[in-house]
Amino acid sequence: MTGLRLAGGGPVIPNYGKASACLKHNGWFCIGWVHQHWGDILQPALIQHIKLTVIAVGIGFAIAFALALVGFRWRFFNAPIGAVADSLYALPSIALFELLLPVTGITTTTILIPLVAYTLFVLYRNIVAGLDGVPADVLESARGMGLTRRQTFFRVELPLAVPTIMGGVRVATVSTIAIATIAADLIHYGLGAPIFDALGLPDIFRTELVVASALAILLALTADTLLAALQRALTPWTRIR
Amino acid sequence: MLTSLFVNALRFIPDNAHLLLQKTLELAELAFTALGISMLIALPLGLWLGHRHRGLFVALSVSSVGRALPSIALIGFFIAILGVGFWNIQIALVVIGLPPILTNTFFAIEGIDSDVVEAARGMGLTETQILTRVELPLGLPLIVAGIRIAAVFVIATATIAGLVGGGGLGDIIVNEAAYGLAGVLAAALCVSAVALLANALLGFAQRAASRRMAPSA
Amino acid sequence: MPTEAAELVFDEATKVYTGRDGAAVDHLSLTVPAGEICVLVGPSGGGKTTALKLVNRLIPLTSGDIRIDGRSILEHDLTELRRSIGYVIQQVGLFPHMTIEGNIGTVPKLLGRPRSWIKARSAELLELVGLDPSYAKRFPAQLSGGERQRVGLARALAANPPLMLMDEPFGAIDPIVRTRLQDEFLRLQHELRKTVVFVTHDIDEAIKVGDRIAILRQGGRLAQYDTPRRILDAPADDFVAEFVGRDRALKALALRTLGELELASPGSVDGLPRLSAETNLRDALSLLVDERRDALLVIDADGSPLGVATREDLLA
Repeated sequence: MTGLRLAGGGPVIPNYGKASACLKHNGWFCIGWVHQHWGDILQPALIQHIKLTVIAVGIGFAIAFALALVGFRWRFFNAPIGAVADSLYALPSIALFELLLPVTGITTTTILIPLVAYTLFVLYRNIVAGLDGVPADVLESARGMGLTRRQTFFRVELPLAVPTIMGGVRVATVSTIAIATIAADLIHYGLGAPIFDALGLPDIFRTELVVASALAILLALTADTLLAALQRALTPWTRIR
Repeated sequence: MLTSLFVNALRFIPDNAHLLLQKTLELAELAFTALGISMLIALPLGLWLGHRHRGLFVALSVSSVGRALPSIALIGFFIAILGVGFWNIQIALVVIGLPPILTNTFFAIEGIDSDVVEAARGMGLTETQILTRVELPLGLPLIVAGIRIAAVFVIATATIAGLVGGGGLGDIIVNEAAYGLAGVLAAALCVSAVALLANALLGFAQRAASRRMAPSA
Repeated sequence: MPTEAAELVFDEATKVYTGRDGAAVDHLSLTVPAGEICVLVGPSGGGKTTALKLVNRLIPLTSGDIRIDGRSILEHDLTELRRSIGYVIQQVGLFPHMTIEGNIGTVPKLLGRPRSWIKARSAELLELVGLDPSYAKRFPAQLSGGERQRVGLARALAANPPLMLMDEPFGAIDPIVRTRLQDEFLRLQHELRKTVVFVTHDIDEAIKVGDRIAILRQGGRLAQYDTPRRILDAPADDFVAEFVGRDRALKALALRTLGELELASPGSVDGLPRLSAETNLRDALSLLVDERRDALLVIDADGSPLGVATREDLLA
């Protein structure tokens, strides 16, 4: 037996007298099962996963942005904050989830804190790099024309940093979706739940594993595509040629 | 209450040093074998593609798809097909570790100032010499960065492999019944230490490579 | 907005960088009359760009003063000062994320002009610098180097500043386009009559563009400040003579045109090469040497003959 199953929701054993041939053979993709359990297993898991991602990336971005402004404006802090971000990013997510469990309990907070942390670590370096990447001559002409520090930041530096920052948001979002599945080993929430449920059986339940995994991957790729479209919408000057 | 929990966890470590060491070595074996194989495949491929300036689409897709794959799904998939076993898990780990190395190596080489490469070509260096004497040294920092990212991913995934019977410190993490919460936390701390250590060492390597390129810095 | 050109005065302006030997700009004193182009020229390290940047306080003065229309730059509010000075740099520094119209409208927008005003002004300026009004909606990346320089100029002119600072504006352009831009800039200046401080390292450009030239030597000291002709005819010292070049007599020829000469009435005009009265003497001499002729026929804009100029006339 594997997994530390603390919350409710055990593995779903497809045995309601309607066990189809597909299920009896533990087929890789039994469409019947998918139809049957879309409503009670797959869809809720998907929605939970989306919630986790949106909240984690949202909060992570907000904190990363604030920190990046500090590190960008007061260079003294940049190296230490960056170093901390780099090293903490190396921690395996399961370890973080595990270590938080006694502290914050079996709640979505336990899942969210590491997710927010990972997003933060990726985005911090990223936002600073984006702001650093503004060409010097553009900054000089802005200054020479009489834009104040604040105006230069909001009208010139920030817009020009958007492509790099959006790139980071995409990476962070896709990674968050993938990492969030791991949390389900400890807390039965999100798309990781059906995955671990399926793995928990002596005979790994293939359809559940495949479908839940596919949903996670599709969610990640969809999010990436949408964010890429958002990036293009926000940066009309990169669309030319 | 909370502090006593962590104190117990810390006490678990010296008390069970032998066990933890064994499990850590198992984990290291899993992770670094996979890292080695990934490097063996991705480095030459990335160097070659980058030098030829081909395969940009492949490099980009590999990296975005690689990031989108939930590691547990990958491991679960291979275990479902092949069952639990060292080499079976290796395949999953290599799939995780390959993309960052491939992508970074590709962009490290591809992104080198074309003027520099052209000057080398004009001086009469062969293609291989250009790659080994010019492009590789210049691209080294970014390549090492890619290996570092891969190491972090692979260590994390190898731990998860333990959740499904793959061995290593993950074994302890999933088995609260046998080792108690203190043991579980201790294992989590150990795996964190391993990850931080690997990251720090490769970080030094990366900075050393950068310094070599800009000796005046 | 002020429309009168401003008089610019450097009064013992000095810039010293701590830790560096000698001054970057050493007690520079000169007056640029309103509506004139003053070219700062000299070898690299001569402080010409530094002197320029002292005016809009991108570099702070160590001592001395700079006055615009009698008022010290230190008395102005910093951003207000900069918004009232047009600033053009070599790499232009157009904002890549804004359209051409957006770029041109930057300072007017800061000064509170409505969108409709900016749109009209933008179109007006584009025409002034020789660009099609359709460029307004394009992005800088879509323009060539020469076109970007024109937009940079338009942007600096947008708020109709009384003073313009230009730092090697045509330096990064290829020679053919550069000549064209210089000509058009002079045509523009003829219309607008702004006070301009223009930095270049190219003495030929200085001679062509400047009403007055200030030659700065190493260490930021003024070597000579005079009209191009007087500098060429009477260089103040060996340094100036050397800097201007051994061919200064020929350079001086380039400053005069055929139309200025007293021409002999045409006797037999058959077979004589024809040149417009606007041609400068240097080019005219060049033609005579090329074709091994002794005289040429000067014609006006319609092609009608004005008179004959001989080699001696040119060299007199």
